[in-house]
Amino acid sequence: MNQHVKLDRRAFVIGTAAAGAGLAIGLDLPFGGPTVVRAADGSPEVNAWIVIRPDDTTVIRIARSEMGQGTLTGLAQLVAEELECDWSKVTTEYPTPGQNVARKRVWGDFSTGGSRGIRTSQDYVRKAGATARMMLVQAAANEWKVPASECTASDSVITHKASGKTTTYGKVVEAAAKLTPPADAEIKLKDPKDWKIAGKGVKRLDTVDKTTGKMTYGIDVKMPGMLNAALKECPVFGGKLKSYDEAKVTGMKGVKKVVRVNDSTVAVVADTWWHAKTALDALPIVWDEGENAKVSSESIAKWLAEGLDNSQPAFIGNQNGDAKAAIASAAKKVEAVYNYPYQNHAAMEPLNATALYTPDKCEVWTGTQNGEAAFAATLEASGLPAEKCEVHKLILGGGFGRRGMTDYVRQAVSIAKQMPGTPVKLLWSREDDMQHGTYHPVTQCKLTGAFDADNNLTALHFRLSGQSILHTVRPAALENGKDPAAFQGLNPSGDFAFGYTVPNLLVEHSMRNPHVPPGFWRGVNINPNAIYMECFMDELAHSVGQDPLEFRRKLMSKHPKHLAVLNAVADKIGWGKPAPQGVHRGLAQIMGYGSYVAGAAEISVTDGSKIKVHRIVASTDPGYVVNPAQVERQIAGSFVYGLSGLFYGGCTVKDGRIEQANFDTYNSMRIAEMPKVESVIVPSGGFWGGVGEPTIGVAAPAVLNAYFAATGKRIRSVPLRDQNITFA
Amino acid sequence: MDWASKGIAMANLNINGKTINVDVEDDTPLLWAIRENVGLTGTKYGCGIAQCGACTVHVDGVAMRSCGVVVGEVAGKQITTIEGLAAADGKLHKVQQAWVANDVPQCGYCQTGMIMAVAALLKDNPKPTDQDIDAAITNICRCGTFQQVREAIHAAANA
Repeated sequence: MNQHVKLDRRAFVIGTAAAGAGLAIGLDLPFGGPTVVRAADGSPEVNAWIVIRPDDTTVIRIARSEMGQGTLTGLAQLVAEELECDWSKVTTEYPTPGQNVARKRVWGDFSTGGSRGIRTSQDYVRKAGATARMMLVQAAANEWKVPASECTASDSVITHKASGKTTTYGKVVEAAAKLTPPADAEIKLKDPKDWKIAGKGVKRLDTVDKTTGKMTYGIDVKMPGMLNAALKECPVFGGKLKSYDEAKVTGMKGVKKVVRVNDSTVAVVADTWWHAKTALDALPIVWDEGENAKVSSESIAKWLAEGLDNSQPAFIGNQNGDAKAAIASAAKKVEAVYNYPYQNHAAMEPLNATALYTPDKCEVWTGTQNGEAAFAATLEASGLPAEKCEVHKLILGGGFGRRGMTDYVRQAVSIAKQMPGTPVKLLWSREDDMQHGTYHPVTQCKLTGAFDADNNLTALHFRLSGQSILHTVRPAALENGKDPAAFQGLNPSGDFAFGYTVPNLLVEHSMRNPHVPPGFWRGVNINPNAIYMECFMDELAHSVGQDPLEFRRKLMSKHPKHLAVLNAVADKIGWGKPAPQGVHRGLAQIMGYGSYVAGAAEISVTDGSKIKVHRIVASTDPGYVVNPAQVERQIAGSFVYGLSGLFYGGCTVKDGRIEQANFDTYNSMRIAEMPKVESVIVPSGGFWGGVGEPTIGVAAPAVLNAYFAATGKRIRSVPLRDQNITFA
Repeated sequence: MDWASKGIAMANLNINGKTINVDVEDDTPLLWAIRENVGLTGTKYGCGIAQCGACTVHVDGVAMRSCGVVVGEVAGKQITTIEGLAAADGKLHKVQQAWVANDVPQCGYCQTGMIMAVAALLKDNPKPTDQDIDAAITNICRCGTFQQVREAIHAAANA
């Protein structure tokens, strides 16, 4: 049961062709009812989201991408909940971006990032389920000539209690598909407290194939006659490809062609990727590295440090009162400077895409977080119109934000376009992936806090300096030059609201954009901003001799949801009660992606440099929880990602390029370093927050605050490996 | 020049109980021979430098990172990939069963290598302690499934 769409080679090729044909054909009805659209196997759609087969199998279409975060299962649960179908007969499939365009975006937004997968589509996918249920029930009622209101549906069975008649979805779906859908006003969604499938920790739908090797990721695509490409891009970002000596590799085993991919990239195409890579390594290449070759981490840090000076221009993200004046006249002042480095996503599956180009059609098979962006990239790189392009999404071997970008798709199409009729799979090496990322941006932050004579916090000033993601990635989203995402967790209101009330507050950002390409990295700017805010809150509390929890609580009375999760972790970790011998605790909270989160860590430190993280307690209030088992896994996983970044991460720049090339220099946590993570999930209802990212924000500051509790030493710089601190 | 005309090195690989004659140079990493020449793609490429463990297979029953072994070194040895872990009748290995029961995978990309590493551990050490697990299982999982991995290892050991 519950297998994800199969992608073995033959079924794949046939299925793709048939799906297109099925959609094109439709079916004209003799009596002029709505056109029934059919899936590849001929089964009718009740609506674009739901196909029901004669055997009662329910195929739920999922527009968002599955990259491990469980969205595929969660969205299916929401549809099934309203549909009242038999969960054991649910299967899923991805509609393609090309179909979405052809059908006037009937499946809405495909983009899967910003912890949006469920929270921004829950409403319309639940309505799709409810609508389909109403139509199926109506079809049965019509057949029985009874009012639909006398019929009920459960587990794909429709019952008319008075007459004792029953039927199943599979039997009435043909009739249901011909009915006019109910008006929006007639659709009533369930109260989440009545949920039976949603809200439960049901098993994921995509597990079995992931344990047997059958799951097809982009890297596993096989097509008849397919060739493989390996590429090299100028190691210095912004540099150009000057020349290469093709003759040196043309005779090498398996080599078919050497191609210029774009003005900074060359690729070797061969029968196997190993042959392509071997030849590529032997290919003499001359780069024009350009001016950026002079840039280093040190030069970037110096430039950012200049932005900490109040005399430099800055954008204001949040302010009340007059923080600068209050600081100038304060009885006591505390100041500190923090920084956060570049980070690479390092998804386990290196980036790849397979493309097949002919003058009449360009198709791409790839793992992408944004099918429609990949589709747009395919159009642009192929030069073909939308009706001649298609993107087939595959399960992602991790995304974390990197696969929302489309550079690798463009490259694959560019290569395929130079070999018309031949499918070519482009695969990046791990080294390419590490050194041509879209990196978590670098920032620094000068924090200043002011107290009155009674040790009340009177002012707080965040002076951020550093790189904007939107400036490079989505310049249209800038607001008069300001990057609103730079202030995540520090905003006056909204999905990233600051959780403290301070009489005089100023949050500003001096934007400085080095040449290193930035990108959205799981959690994005709540990673640095939570460290700045929560470690500095700890500093402020200690500076006036107050307990860090009590100090925060006094500032949070007007932010009850922020406070509730903080209290939840404090209670669970045993804050205020003695910790085990040698164990020390730290706390942190932040709001991100519409969810309120807090974390508490218990650690011990040996010789000041060896940290054992014994226990993490993390709490989230995402409003509603669709699958608590998956939420727990996302929380635990976010700590692995966040603490890997804290301990081992950090990409450094030398001669304009990234120095780290593989997991030997950009390490990641192993099981031995994994603390016990206890989740406290406290959905308070009334809003929909995200899950995949928010808790990563509290991972690093909770541990850093515990480190201070253990050692009295404040760490203000990431990663810890730069300070010779590592896991015990 | 057609590479075929330059002469092909043939290697006999014993994979999942079958002897397979593959056209591959002796110095090709076993990982790529398995994926590209044999066509079994459950064994994953993650780093190519034996750091991450996504490419773990068994060679004569011992877990090895197949990116760090070349074909010439394993001729005549019994190689088992994830595709050969389940019983001939398709019944999943107890580690795979525990993985399904505990809903371990997230993105799943590293999990086939993880499962191979765990299957080898349990063969040598049927009831590993947490410390044994920490020492033996060093695969990288960027999704961070370690908590479920540990639970599933204990579940498989007790199955």
